[in-house]
Amino acid sequence: MSAPAPLSVRVLNQGRYEAETMLRNGEQLILAVVLPLLGLLALSVTPVLDAYGESRIDTAAPGILALCALSTAFTGQGIATGFDRRYGVLRFLSTTPLGRAGLIAGKVIAVLSVLAIQVVLVSSVAVFIGWRPSLPGVPLALVLLVLGAVAFTALGLLVAGTVRPEATLAITNLLWILLAGVGGIILPAASLPSDMEPFVQFLPSAALGDVMRSALIDTQFNLSATLILLAWTILGSLAAVRWFKWS
Amino acid sequence: MGVPNDEPCLTITGLVRDLGPVPGLDGKMIRVLAGVDLTARRGQVTALLGANGAGKTTTLECAQGLQPIDGGDVRLLGEAPYGAGAELRARVGVMLQDGGLPPAARPVALLRHIASMYREPRDVDELVHRLGINSFARTGIRRLSGGQRQRVALAAALVGNPEVLFLDEPSAGLDPQSRQIVFELIQELRDEGLGIILTTHLLDDAQRLADYVYIIDDGRTVARGTVPELTARTEAHAAGRELSFEAPPGLNPSVAGLEHLSFTEDSPGRYVLSGEFTPADLARLAGWWNEAGILPDSIHMASRTLEDVFLELSGKENR
Repeated sequence: MSAPAPLSVRVLNQGRYEAETMLRNGEQLILAVVLPLLGLLALSVTPVLDAYGESRIDTAAPGILALCALSTAFTGQGIATGFDRRYGVLRFLSTTPLGRAGLIAGKVIAVLSVLAIQVVLVSSVAVFIGWRPSLPGVPLALVLLVLGAVAFTALGLLVAGTVRPEATLAITNLLWILLAGVGGIILPAASLPSDMEPFVQFLPSAALGDVMRSALIDTQFNLSATLILLAWTILGSLAAVRWFKWS
Repeated sequence: MGVPNDEPCLTITGLVRDLGPVPGLDGKMIRVLAGVDLTARRGQVTALLGANGAGKTTTLECAQGLQPIDGGDVRLLGEAPYGAGAELRARVGVMLQDGGLPPAARPVALLRHIASMYREPRDVDELVHRLGINSFARTGIRRLSGGQRQRVALAAALVGNPEVLFLDEPSAGLDPQSRQIVFELIQELRDEGLGIILTTHLLDDAQRLADYVYIIDDGRTVARGTVPELTARTEAHAAGRELSFEAPPGLNPSVAGLEHLSFTEDSPGRYVLSGEFTPADLARLAGWWNEAGILPDSIHMASRTLEDVFLELSGKENR
């Protein structure tokens, strides 16, 4: 009688398969690696962040790591899931032993795997050009980065599961540009025009950027921003479970 | 698995399924299935036949656990499929109508990945060879022809070594060569004892493959039986055979001695006689051609086909 492979094997294999698919996709690589690295270099050679710290690279790197999570978990994962839904891939895989829960777990693993690669690459380049993060803040930053990735995965799935893939493509790319530009992720919310700040600081992008900067620059746990991020994670997950359409 | 038997592997009784709310219909629900009954057995090919929109795919999706049900009962290998666990899904193979394969994937790598979801999958190399996938093993799925893609989708449904196999429109887009390969494999799997449930709107496929046929119309099972049983049904002018011939249009279709047959000019120049023929009827018809100086351009005689039954039952144009 046919039997399923153990749950852990199914989920890990799916995570690896999806991660490989993401890494083979040229557009995804530009979004995940090339644009964050360009952002890092741009911020380290221009005076944009000079008002917020003594070292440009120390101020820039935490936000760029947060941007990596936005690229992979929200935009990259959202677009891939939107098209998988269109082509019936989600329906087919949910008839295999993987199932719906395994499919979602596999996506989270794929996002975290790609994010790990991004973090290593971006951090190496940043250290090479002079980044000296607060080492005691690193473990905290990694935990919060994972929380941010989960929040953006839920939000990406929410978009991908409710609108057509073409709309997902447009929405997630547009939001990536807006959030990267004025969403408080790279540039602290405090650097934006003062009438935007109260609004922007409640965005998941600003919350993730702020917790990363607090941890890696000041070795501090930013409780209020963490709570905002946690709220987005919970609401995003509940909304995705409620409204995600598999076909 | 033991000796093939013909135990039921799928039982559907009075299945009801509503979809919606539908935009443009004031948020009303549509009753897509309003009482489908079906029993599929191991070692048999069970075909669901119906026009587009009759409810074939929805029936299949309810049986596969992809959709919840709104009434009636579905038992797949003894379990309710919606929300069932991985143990049940491992025993069932599914080929969706649109394939459900990621366009960027390469066939063999994808099949190996799907095989990793099972404890004892089929040998991927053997399956790939059997379905002739070798020749395009490393071509991206989006670049494959319809027939090649169907063969990969069939392999994906089989790789877990299922006991029950669902095939939604397996011959859609198949070139004659792929069709031959796929049909032979389906028959072989049936002989190995798999319960195979397929949908088709191509009556030839059902006639060729199916051990048992269910005709679905408007979300209901309207007829069931083996192909011989269905074609032997005696309704209205249904019994016996049908003879058609082509000749100049406008002939008066009344021949002495053939009054017991229905004789009409179906379309200009195409004449159809149906009913219970005797050999003498053919001699009378030929005598009439001789007297009237008619040499038909074509003559065709056959027993009733599944298509006749289908058209009669559904009252709709098909194909």
